[in-house]
Amino acid sequence: MSIPLWPRAASFYADRIDLLVVSFSALLLCLAVPVFVAILWFAVKYRRGSPAERGGPVKREAGIEAAWMAIPFLLSLGFWFWAAELFFVRSTPPPGTLDITVVGKQWMWKAQHPGGQSEIDTLHVPAGQPVRLRMTSQDVIHSLFLPELRLKQDVLPGRTTELWFQADRPGTYALRCTQFCGTDHATMGGELVVLPPTGYADWLSTSAVEPTLAQEGAALFRRLGCSGCHGSSGGGGAGGGGGSAVRAPDLGGIYRLPQPLADGGTVIADERYLRDSILDPVAQVVAGYEPVMPSFAGKLEEADLMRLVAYIASLKPPSGTTP
Amino acid sequence: MTATSTDPGTGTGAARAAFDPRPYTAAGHTLRSWLTTTDHKRVAILYLIAITGFFALGAVGAVLVRLELATPRPDLLSAETYNRAFTMHGIVMVWFFLIPSIPNVFGNFLIPLMIGARDLAFPRLNLLSWYIYVLAGLFTIVTLVKGGVDTGWTFYTPLSTQFANGHVLLAAAGVFTAGFSSILTGLNFIVTIHTMRAPGMTWFRLPIFVWSHYATSILLVLATPVLAMALILIVAERGFGVGIFDPRLGGDPLLFQHLFWFYSHPAVYIMVLPAMGVVTELISTFAGRAVFGYRFVAYASLAIAALGFLVWGHHMFVSGQSMYASVVFSFLSFLVAVPSAVKVYNWAATLYRAEIRFTAPLLYGLSFIGLFVFGGLTGLILASLALDVHAHDTTFVVAHFHYIMVGGAVTAYLGAMHFWWPKITGRLYPDALAKLSVLLLYVGFNLTFFPQYILGWLGMPRRYHEYPAEFQVWHLLSTAGAGLLAFAYLLPLVYLPWSLRWGQRAGPNPWGATGLEWRVPSPPPTHNFDRIPTVTWEAYTPEATAETKDTPP
Ligand code: HEC
Ligand SMILES: [Cu+2]
Ligand SMILES: [Cu+2]
Repeated sequence: MSIPLWPRAASFYADRIDLLVVSFSALLLCLAVPVFVAILWFAVKYRRGSPAERGGPVKREAGIEAAWMAIPFLLSLGFWFWAAELFFVRSTPPPGTLDITVVGKQWMWKAQHPGGQSEIDTLHVPAGQPVRLRMTSQDVIHSLFLPELRLKQDVLPGRTTELWFQADRPGTYALRCTQFCGTDHATMGGELVVLPPTGYADWLSTSAVEPTLAQEGAALFRRLGCSGCHGSSGGGGAGGGGGSAVRAPDLGGIYRLPQPLADGGTVIADERYLRDSILDPVAQVVAGYEPVMPSFAGKLEEADLMRLVAYIASLKPPSGTTP
Repeated sequence: MTATSTDPGTGTGAARAAFDPRPYTAAGHTLRSWLTTTDHKRVAILYLIAITGFFALGAVGAVLVRLELATPRPDLLSAETYNRAFTMHGIVMVWFFLIPSIPNVFGNFLIPLMIGARDLAFPRLNLLSWYIYVLAGLFTIVTLVKGGVDTGWTFYTPLSTQFANGHVLLAAAGVFTAGFSSILTGLNFIVTIHTMRAPGMTWFRLPIFVWSHYATSILLVLATPVLAMALILIVAERGFGVGIFDPRLGGDPLLFQHLFWFYSHPAVYIMVLPAMGVVTELISTFAGRAVFGYRFVAYASLAIAALGFLVWGHHMFVSGQSMYASVVFSFLSFLVAVPSAVKVYNWAATLYRAEIRFTAPLLYGLSFIGLFVFGGLTGLILASLALDVHAHDTTFVVAHFHYIMVGGAVTAYLGAMHFWWPKITGRLYPDALAKLSVLLLYVGFNLTFFPQYILGWLGMPRRYHEYPAEFQVWHLLSTAGAGLLAFAYLLPLVYLPWSLRWGQRAGPNPWGATGLEWRVPSPPPTHNFDRIPTVTWEAYTPEATAETKDTPP
């Protein structure tokens, strides 16, 4: 068995991280080694009983202090900047990503591709194409770690966090959870399979399709009677409640946009707000509507809540309105 | 130790007129006389005993973890037990060993002596602080062993509030209570240093040890309450269902991380600042030379304490925290390295043109520098945003903070032990054995933790009790190193107690050191100074030793 020394790099981004860490380590060694050498050299040269010259006043103390405060700091700031720049790259996905939904829960990862293909503890992605993982957790905080891409991102309950990457080299890599998440934390992982684009297409076509979260949410939306007030397809019907007596807001296209509230304020309709609107509708009432929506707190499982939110987030604005 | 008296005199105030020249160790031999003492030196001994006990318990957790990790498969421990073992290791080592270690043992013993006072400002509070610490510690230990807690020492929500089994509430209560001991100690030191310095002992004549304890005390007093709040909020959510952190209850899980690290990052400096104070004393004494750049070293402690409050977000770069906040936290984390570097450079400069004696305490001091610098440099790698994304929550981080907290703080603690042991006990220990234990420590430590850097960068997450087989070589090395390290920690536990009976007697100043503590007999009398000294010399100057140097043994 060979002794591993350095992780494989599955992307150009990973190469850039490696270059950064090696260069920064080199600078740090340049700063530290002279100190170690000096200490050892002084220790030998000025040991008690040695003939070396001793004592004598210290000259230009302030200047020396200023120098060793400023120079290493300024040199290292270059690396602060370099690392921040790469962090910026990692945090801003380019347009046109392939979006995959990832749900973490004790102790497994579930991924779902745009066409509905689902997999557990494995993630298939095409090489050379930007992929964006839109991730959330059903319970505690997890963290998705892809060491060969030098990437990780915490996955939180009640929010969506994102991780984008472009894997350039086909192969099978590790996928792990790095945020301690309870008993079987160590086994919450699997594989990242990077396939050539054609291979990915083949994989998609041979994988079982499951309804997406949003599709499941649509079914729930009808079953729970939301559609009775909000219209049969949320935003698809007439904004005023699709034939029912109650006037309820149109949910189409509200996701991530500011919503005017009855108390005069506004709120961004993010996941958190959508959840709150379902669990505690009277806390933030939409301007121009009566607080008649019943609370669904205690009636929905966490997973169902996520499905509903995914459904609402997927709704397009009703045609003819300007967002 | 001399056993001449059965006088149970324990008070500080009453009979000062007639100065009792007998050593503090002779002021009563009954258990009662120790458990009711308000003498800062005896309280320090109480702490020493308790802390050693907690260290041993924390070490048991570490041994279990290292043994389990010797093989990739889960064989020795179940997942639950493993998680409980590292949780116990973390909680005990952080709150019941590292935080109180140097301040409560050596700070307690030395601060009054170093500033020329007869005791701390609030001697009874000092004893109370020990009782709180010990009771909280025992309570927490029982909780961790009997019930078990598997959240890690970080108590992240909503795992800790909603999902973890085990006695999270009780453990939180134990840590919460121990916090009061920290706060009382910090307060006591601040007031003592402000109000009880001997005539002529100006701020800039204080030993750096006192400066760093002053900075530490500020952290203890200001940061600990935030931890207390965070723990209360955990209790509120877990115990009473108040939604604070769990999104299902309308809470925000990241809020806890902000509160926790607002305390826990300064807590690292609570561990390291006193260690830096110790090392400064060691270097200057055995260089036979004043600390280079005294004022810079003194102010660096305050700068570290102040900046230490502004960097907590560097633990949260991948948590979902705003990217712009992360950039600022990263910058501030680079900045906080500056005052630490100042100290290291000044130590090196102190050795220049010095007259160096290679004693065991100096070797501990030099080992500290080697390990601490390495821990600090890898800290800069972790402070770099894109690099932390890869290294976060891997054993790279584990290695980094063990270099700082074990390689740094624990090594300095042992250095302090070897340096002031003759003062505290009046006895010398076998030098060769002490040097051997430094050597073992240095080798054992690096063997234990260096492989964890490599493992972490390879992608080995922390808190895993099974792992891919290709990582085994490094884990095996680490476990072997831990064995060596354990041996290096056990050795002093043999020869130091041995010296109590058989060690050569030490005079007041066996090292030819400066500092007022070396002007009183070893062990010092109960009320420290017959007459309060008037200080007319600068710190670390030859005048400070002139009258006291004993003939070296
Ligand atoms: C009894 C009719 C009724 C039912 C049933 C109902 N709602 Fe509502 N809903 C309303 C009304 C009225 C409002 C606007 C007042 C308010 O904000 O509470 C509203 C507001 C909302 C909002 C906030 C919309 C915005 O523009 O900010 C969301 C999201 C929402 N409902 C989702 C749902 C979901 C999901 C369900 C089913 C689980 C549901 N509602 C069931 C009547 C209803
Ligand atoms: Cu996990
Ligand atoms: Cu920190």
